[in-house]
Amino acid sequence: MSAVLDVKDLQVSFHTRNGVVRAVDRVSLKVGAGQTVGIVGESGSGKSVTCYSLLGLIPQPPGRIEGGTAMFGGLDLLKLSEKELQKVRGSRISMIFQDPMTSLNPYLKIGSQLVEPLRLHEGLDKAAAWKRGIAALKEVGIPEPTTRMEQYPHEFSGGMRQRVMIAMALITRPELLIADEPTTALDVTIQQQVLDLIKDLQKRLGIAVVFITHDLAVVHEVCDVVNVMYAGRLVESAAAADLFAHPRHAYTRALMRSIPALQKKGEPLYTIPGLPPDLSYLPSGCAFRARQTPGRQALCLIDRQPPLQEIAPGHWVQACPGCVEGGLPL
Amino acid sequence: MLRFTLNRLAQSIVVILVVFSLTFFMIRLAPGDPFASPKAMPPDVRKVLVERYGLDKPLAVQYFTTMGSYLKGDLLPSMSYQGMWNSKIIKDAFPISLIIGLSALGVALGLGLPAGIIAAVRKNTWLDYGPMSLALIGICLPTFVMGPILIAIFGLKWRLFNVAGWFEKTDWVLPAVTMGLIYAAYIARMTRGGMLEVLNQDYIRTARAKGVPGWRVVLVHALRGGLLPVVAFLGPALAGITTGSFIIEKIFNLPGLGQHFVSSVFNRDYSLILATVVLYAVLLVAVNFLTDLLVAWINPKVRLS
Amino acid sequence: MSTAVIPATLAPAIRPGRSLWQDAWARLRKNHLAVACGFVLIAVVLICFVGPRLSPWNPEVTNLALKASPPGTMETLADGSMAKHWFGTDTLGRDLLTRIMRGGQVSLMVGLVATSVALLIGVAYGATAGYLGGRTDAVMMRFVDVLYALPFMIFVILLTTMFGKSMLLMYMAIGAVEWLTMSRIVRAQVQGLARQEFVEAARSLGLSTAVILFRHIIPNVLGPVIVYATLTVPAVMLLEAALSFLGLGVQPPDSSWGTLIDDGATNMETSPWLLIYPAAFFSITLFCLNFAGDGLRDALDVRGGKD
Repeated sequence: MSAVLDVKDLQVSFHTRNGVVRAVDRVSLKVGAGQTVGIVGESGSGKSVTCYSLLGLIPQPPGRIEGGTAMFGGLDLLKLSEKELQKVRGSRISMIFQDPMTSLNPYLKIGSQLVEPLRLHEGLDKAAAWKRGIAALKEVGIPEPTTRMEQYPHEFSGGMRQRVMIAMALITRPELLIADEPTTALDVTIQQQVLDLIKDLQKRLGIAVVFITHDLAVVHEVCDVVNVMYAGRLVESAAAADLFAHPRHAYTRALMRSIPALQKKGEPLYTIPGLPPDLSYLPSGCAFRARQTPGRQALCLIDRQPPLQEIAPGHWVQACPGCVEGGLPL
Repeated sequence: MLRFTLNRLAQSIVVILVVFSLTFFMIRLAPGDPFASPKAMPPDVRKVLVERYGLDKPLAVQYFTTMGSYLKGDLLPSMSYQGMWNSKIIKDAFPISLIIGLSALGVALGLGLPAGIIAAVRKNTWLDYGPMSLALIGICLPTFVMGPILIAIFGLKWRLFNVAGWFEKTDWVLPAVTMGLIYAAYIARMTRGGMLEVLNQDYIRTARAKGVPGWRVVLVHALRGGLLPVVAFLGPALAGITTGSFIIEKIFNLPGLGQHFVSSVFNRDYSLILATVVLYAVLLVAVNFLTDLLVAWINPKVRLS
Repeated sequence: MSTAVIPATLAPAIRPGRSLWQDAWARLRKNHLAVACGFVLIAVVLICFVGPRLSPWNPEVTNLALKASPPGTMETLADGSMAKHWFGTDTLGRDLLTRIMRGGQVSLMVGLVATSVALLIGVAYGATAGYLGGRTDAVMMRFVDVLYALPFMIFVILLTTMFGKSMLLMYMAIGAVEWLTMSRIVRAQVQGLARQEFVEAARSLGLSTAVILFRHIIPNVLGPVIVYATLTVPAVMLLEAALSFLGLGVQPPDSSWGTLIDDGATNMETSPWLLIYPAAFFSITLFCLNFAGDGLRDALDVRGGKD
């Protein structure tokens, strides 16, 4: 399968007064056509920064892309100028964000925000763009789209706003959609509707999706491939079915154990002890040693960072002897 | 909208009434009266004057007759400028203050807005530090220092403008610039603050993710929200700017309205004080009303009620 | 342009046991410019209050032989030794530096006293309105709105004429006008706090209103109040200077920076130093006060306010 997006060894750091924060450290991921690729991790694991840096959306300075490539349709996104990136953003790669309440401009009409990508990237005149906007609202299931176009964000509910965001992201029919925790801020009932909408549109339009979330249940539902991130690095990467059937890394297993739905009734909820490490003072060895994940800390690497290793076809894991279940093949 | 207007009108009438009453009684609490001038006045002359202006009547009677004339649109004659009507004094002086005030506002907005926007967009670069340090200096340089400096440079050294007075067509320039620079400094700081707040919002990130070019992000997506604090500040400030500044008028020797605010208090010119204060209050109320309309126009979330 | 994400780990790591104030202090110390301004302010205060004792000149003794002499002029003292007029002399031959120091005492005291008065009235008024809420609050704040509609200058002048020319009363008159904004800020803060859980909790424990106000609410309003007070001092000093410039403030032979600047502006063409030095002292002090206030605002993370 040809890859829509092929990221190799992406390195991003933030140079702050308190030191250098290595937010993303040699992350590689591939997104095939029509595929949904999940990036999972706790907050601060670098999953959002990974995606934002691809589109030049991290503040620079203090952010800096230190290395790697991100091939997208023959272009290396990391080498593009801001002007060239502007032509990609919202036209060939779109994004939707976590909080629909704050992600729409409260001072502008829904309609004019919605059709802005069309006006910018396709040069449509106002009337034609407006027509497409109405169709786009209809597509995401917003009733009375003609009236809704004239309204302002505060007249929409959270779920409706996220639908608008989705319509806005897809209005130019991009090749890739990056969804940054699109359901986290929504009510549980609305979450499912929005997920279904994304899945449905993806199938119909055949776009590839990068799905950022901390919710493994969501990943399980929508993703074909899952990447687990921790402390700015990839921990495990595999096809979703494979990963859920055979989680190899201790951290992945800990994450799965902490899904409430998968726990037995009456048992105390499992939580991963401790906090992710400070990214400006990363330990020299395995980053999980201090967190007593369900591995054997005694065996963890302490002198070097464990490399990624393919332990089964298409199944990559950070090869720390203390963290990988069943030991490492040599 | 209609309800809002009526509501506001009722409120404004109350405000003006309270201001009218407060001023009427407070000025009479101050020691002395309009005719206690330094040069001793023969008692009989004094008596005639006191009677002519009705100052011998009970306070309540004075209060209601004054209010009656105001309701008829009559601002009464001045007590210190014999034979002058307050409405004539205001008609002569107010346009001068208005011209200077509005030009000052132009200077302030023309300098302050761009400086604030650029400083916010280029935060923590010399385009931020430079204008903002200038703005802070501007705030700390009082008009009565700025004015003489400008006079020294443009009036005395280069002889571009008259040093003082109100004779030629260009006489508004130096006073307006003096006044405008101070306000420009305030506006620049407020604009920067407002823009910074907005530029950190999620919806700016959304705009950038849509591929909106940088200048368009600033002008279309950020400016409206970023300017709200400036609009809220400018409304009330406008009343003060256009009714003249006594200091500016003293420095540049201008026959504006600001001088009457001060001299009328000294002269205990009860009627002129009242006229100027009520004018100010009416202006303020009107400007506040317009500000609210403007804010509601900018921010669709605001409901006029 | 700074948008988009900064990783959560950029936030300072959690350090247990550090209070809000310690945190603010640490932030303030990192703001070198604000700290520098703090030191300049201390220096200005020391110069104004200790300086006159060390100066060989009496700021009230005139010497018409040496009137309006430029900076650096020497003069023979009563004991026969020579001393320098560092900043020159004024039109009556008085040493300018010493007069600036004396004037500074007045200007700084005005700033301090008037701000205290404004603080006292504003905090008490705003806290009461915000805490009581409802109709009382509405009436109290409407009154503030009305006072805003009075031209400020008239108010001050009226108060100064009513209280005569006593300097202390003038301070208080200025303070009595400057409390309006303070009361608005405090009221908004208190209103927000009064609805928060810890206040509810205190109330459910049966604490009296006064105890809740003083123990729980006022300490929490302190941040914005300190910041605004720091920014009120320069505003008040500016107002005093303006009044003095108009001849309404400090009366001769006393002087303040405002009267000195007024003198200077009159004699700007012949003796520019008479304007430059007092204006410089005045502006540097205001600059530092504003900058220190901004620094405090950032350190205490106070949002909103005037700008």
